[in-house]
Amino acid sequence: MSLAAKSNEIRMALTGNESVAYAMKQINPDVVAAYPITPQTEIVQIFSSYVADGDVDTVFERVESEHSAMSAVVGAAAAGARSMTATSANGLALMWEVVYIAASNRLPIVMPVVNRALSGPINIHCDHSDTMGARDSGWIQLYSENAQEAYDNTLQAVRIAEHPDVELPVMVCQDGFIISHALDNLYTLDDAAVQAFVGQNNPRYSLLDVDHPTTFGPLDLQDWYFEHKRQQAEGMKNALDVIPEIAKEYEGISGRDYGFFEEYRTDDAEAVMMVLGSTAGTAKDVVDAMRSEGKRVGLVKLRVFRPLPVAHLVRALRGKPALAIMDRAESFAASGGPLYKEIRSALYDCEQAPMVSNYIYGLGGRDIRPEDLRQVFEDNLRAAAAGHIEKPVTYLGVRE
Amino acid sequence: MSDCRDEGCQRWQTPAPDATWRDVPRGGVIPRGGNAAEYQTGDWRSARPIHDADLCIQCRLCWVYCPDSSILTNEEGEVIGIDYDHCKGCGICAAECPKEGAMTMIAEEF
Ligand code: SF4
Ligand code: SF4
Repeated sequence: MSLAAKSNEIRMALTGNESVAYAMKQINPDVVAAYPITPQTEIVQIFSSYVADGDVDTVFERVESEHSAMSAVVGAAAAGARSMTATSANGLALMWEVVYIAASNRLPIVMPVVNRALSGPINIHCDHSDTMGARDSGWIQLYSENAQEAYDNTLQAVRIAEHPDVELPVMVCQDGFIISHALDNLYTLDDAAVQAFVGQNNPRYSLLDVDHPTTFGPLDLQDWYFEHKRQQAEGMKNALDVIPEIAKEYEGISGRDYGFFEEYRTDDAEAVMMVLGSTAGTAKDVVDAMRSEGKRVGLVKLRVFRPLPVAHLVRALRGKPALAIMDRAESFAASGGPLYKEIRSALYDCEQAPMVSNYIYGLGGRDIRPEDLRQVFEDNLRAAAAGHIEKPVTYLGVRE
Repeated sequence: MSDCRDEGCQRWQTPAPDATWRDVPRGGVIPRGGNAAEYQTGDWRSARPIHDADLCIQCRLCWVYCPDSSILTNEEGEVIGIDYDHCKGCGICAAECPKEGAMTMIAEEF
């Protein structure tokens, strides 16, 4: 993403939470149902003030739990309403059952998720264990580096989710506190531009269309369940075509271009790092510093984790000597984190696949410092020169 | 259902032998109402009720109790048999029947 803007855009100073709440205001969804949880609380708190002030037409449901929040938006979306909620960590965990149902029923719900460590022990700070746990739930997942991307991704998510070839819910992820509570400078579109971009929701089926009565969520046993799962997989595959289409259209109104991932100074890189979320900002600084020392390092910041853009990643990473995958989540597989597993598997069949190593870092909000990332690059430059990796999985920044 | 936006919905009700995942409505939605009778639940049955018209005293308790509306009656309301397309074989009719032998359960043959 380049920090470009069109002349009609408005520069604002907003936190990540504020930027997403503001995007929701401009989207003006039909229904929002949510329950507070740190660090997401502010999003719906701010949004509820828009409701109270009459700035939006949204029906705002104050529910008694996240399970109810997701259930309410499932019902609303089935009725044909453009529906949103927001959550974090244990809130997402409590939604779990219904998160799968939302995707299985092909309901285009958009849910900002402010990434936070799952309990226990109890911790309110950032890591990706919450959304990584939901990676097989059938939701599209977009990750954001900063408040600007959280804003831009939220607007694009509406269009991706509702696209007739997709019809799947979308999580828009941003790092808890690091993005959600940090003030950032960003460009916002004017309300009319957002309304023109998101357009009208045109659901395939609607419970409120009484002339065409429908049943959502019926029993589906051995005879057709598998076919519906196959369809769902196709929707996710189609998202690989739709996401760039929407991004292109969005670039037209914003000047900011979004790919599946951003390649930062990777052209002749000997050591490439892959990250999700806010760590990309720190990593870019480290790349710049090391490049000025003549070290060939680069960064791939993955924006779209579901669906995983395998073919594009293979094209971008083929021939790079060493690749360090940064996981802000542990999957307790005794063999590395989730991003590492998926990327390494994606590269398995590619000729000139890089050597891949994994760094699990930043759990429970543990600070990731420039010197930590420099260490990762130095390890991988050494591995590139030596032709082998010494340690496949490293816990970075833990007290050893 | 010609006005349904999903082209597959009609075929879903009576799937053609060559129907695939492409042909069924998205998300398992049933895109029209009043079609429960088309779902033949009779193949869930492991026991089959047998009605003996000669022994039956036409008290109609089986008709009252059947949870699946599977007791067939004539215009006079007399019990004349079982709708085996939908009877799930629960056995309630036979359990409630006051007349020995009028409604009995036998094992379903597969
Ligand atoms: S066995 Fe159960 S479902 Fe079948 S006719 Fe008797 S009561 Fe009805
Ligand atoms: S309950 Fe028995 S006796 Fe009464 S109508 Fe049914 S089969 Fe006949």
